[in-house]
Amino acid sequence: MKRIGDGTGTRLGLITLAVILTTLFLVIPLAGIFYQAFAEGLAPFWQNLTSNFTREAIGLTLLIALMTVPVNLIFGIFLAWLVTRFTFPGRRILQTLIDIPFAVSPVVAGLLYLLLYGRTGWLGSILSEQDVQLMFAWPGMVLVTIFVTCPFVARELIPLMQAQGSAEEEAGVTLGASGWMLFRRITLPNIRWALVYGVILTNARAIGEFGAVSVVSGSIRGETINLPLQVELLYQDYNTVGAFTSAALLAALAIVTLMIKALLEWHTHRREKTA
Amino acid sequence: MFLRTTLLRRVVATAALSMALGSTQAFSADRELLNASYDIARELFAELNPQFVEHWQEEHGESVEVKQTHAGSSTQARAILQGLRADVVTFNQVTDVDVLAQKGQLIPDDWQSRLPNYSSPYYSTMAFLVRKDNPKDIHTWADLAGDDVALVFPNPKTSGNGRYTYLAAWAASNHDNGNDDAATRDYMKRMLANVEVFDTGGRGATTTFAERGIGDVLITFESEANNIRNQYGPDDYEVVVPPVDIMAEFPVTWVDKNTARNGTEDLAKGYLEYLYSPEAQRTLAQYYYRVNDDEISKEFAERFPQTTLLRVEDALGSWEDVMQTHFANGGELDQLQRR
Repeated sequence: MKRIGDGTGTRLGLITLAVILTTLFLVIPLAGIFYQAFAEGLAPFWQNLTSNFTREAIGLTLLIALMTVPVNLIFGIFLAWLVTRFTFPGRRILQTLIDIPFAVSPVVAGLLYLLLYGRTGWLGSILSEQDVQLMFAWPGMVLVTIFVTCPFVARELIPLMQAQGSAEEEAGVTLGASGWMLFRRITLPNIRWALVYGVILTNARAIGEFGAVSVVSGSIRGETINLPLQVELLYQDYNTVGAFTSAALLAALAIVTLMIKALLEWHTHRREKTA
Repeated sequence: MFLRTTLLRRVVATAALSMALGSTQAFSADRELLNASYDIARELFAELNPQFVEHWQEEHGESVEVKQTHAGSSTQARAILQGLRADVVTFNQVTDVDVLAQKGQLIPDDWQSRLPNYSSPYYSTMAFLVRKDNPKDIHTWADLAGDDVALVFPNPKTSGNGRYTYLAAWAASNHDNGNDDAATRDYMKRMLANVEVFDTGGRGATTTFAERGIGDVLITFESEANNIRNQYGPDDYEVVVPPVDIMAEFPVTWVDKNTARNGTEDLAKGYLEYLYSPEAQRTLAQYYYRVNDDEISKEFAERFPQTTLLRVEDALGSWEDVMQTHFANGGELDQLQRR
């Protein structure tokens, strides 16, 4: 029987179309970033890359990622564990709540935090009496990034842990394993790869987050400007090379992240085959 | 093996963390000053701040650092109300500083009398940027209401820039017809009907006019008009300053609540006073801002055409009244735009 799309012509046509679209929407823009960064030669690129402001933007970006990832790692495991291993009233609601940061626009998230923790906000007014400042400083930026990226780890773990079920853990309990031992020897090895995958996604988003961060940053140069904000700032300053230098840096980070992800997938795939 | 990898991981993590923390405090000055400023002043303060740092070092033997944040000045005012700890503000709207006094009680109500010239170390006015050789022959505010003239300026509702344009047109018309409000309304109607694009902000209007080639006249601050002309081609554009125009003040003040907390009151005052010094005034004039220093004014006289400047408060009443009568919902602007 001949199916639709079996002809050589159709197949070639579809492949060409896919290649053209990929090139137009993915390859060219990505190459364009690097082209623009080097448009005026190596020297301006290097100068922009090593400027004080860029260095501090890189530092802040790393700081945000370094603080966000561990918090969401622990939070994600805890949440996934709770949702998949226990039944309690409100479990379904909790499962829906996890997705809120995905559903809400990051700008709205930023504004919410500003209204809550700003100097005139409900919690902010109490904090400012204690001379604690969260908004318009790096702690605020970390806070909103944690909010925006918190579903990633949990979202990776929950389907897996649901599929695996709790049989192995129950067996562990009957053999007298303590909670911590159960987690270290059974749960963690089982979810290891999903966990790593969640961390990679969290990290990528933490590095690239713009919307929520821009609301609470106060855009103090050399202090609360991370790489994505730096891109916009330099672009508005008519410093195209500078903007695309920072953009290229972000793109490079993304590519490295994706490469690690691909490597891991390949690794798991091979393990599954041999197992 | 296990031990070694965790050790390695710990070392890497510590190194990365200390790098991240360290680089946010790369150079250590004795004290820091945070200047919250309007959007288009980045280049200006990037030049003024190092001059001040050097000056302060010479005078007081203390090394200081001035940090900048830039955004629309209404955005900045709101951020300060919500906790941005700026020591000084350098805005382009008197109303945005007033907000700090009225809504936040962060500065005293009489802040304008704390520094010379109503706390405005430099000023500007509105200018017309026209295409080469001024083909539509635009010289006065009245010319803008002519037939077949397409105008570009930002929306007065959202932009301080646009607000000044609107008020300048109104005040100049009143000045010419001896405060005949009916005639002025008629003029304003025709002038507003000539607007081709109402962008939300100054930068957007610039792009519309210079890059998309829309309109015959871009109305913006004299300083901006000259900088745009230099940026987009001195041979393609001309800057026209009308004979009667509005005084656009650039108010500055220190934020008392924040300086008290940061221990920077003397530094903040010193910074703002420095803006009045001949050295800073020269830099300001180089960026096409008008200054009050006589020597510097003379030095740059050919940059700034003679014009009669009207203060908003003198010509149209207090800013509070002006905002209420003209820009509030259902105010003059809304009624004029109803066709």
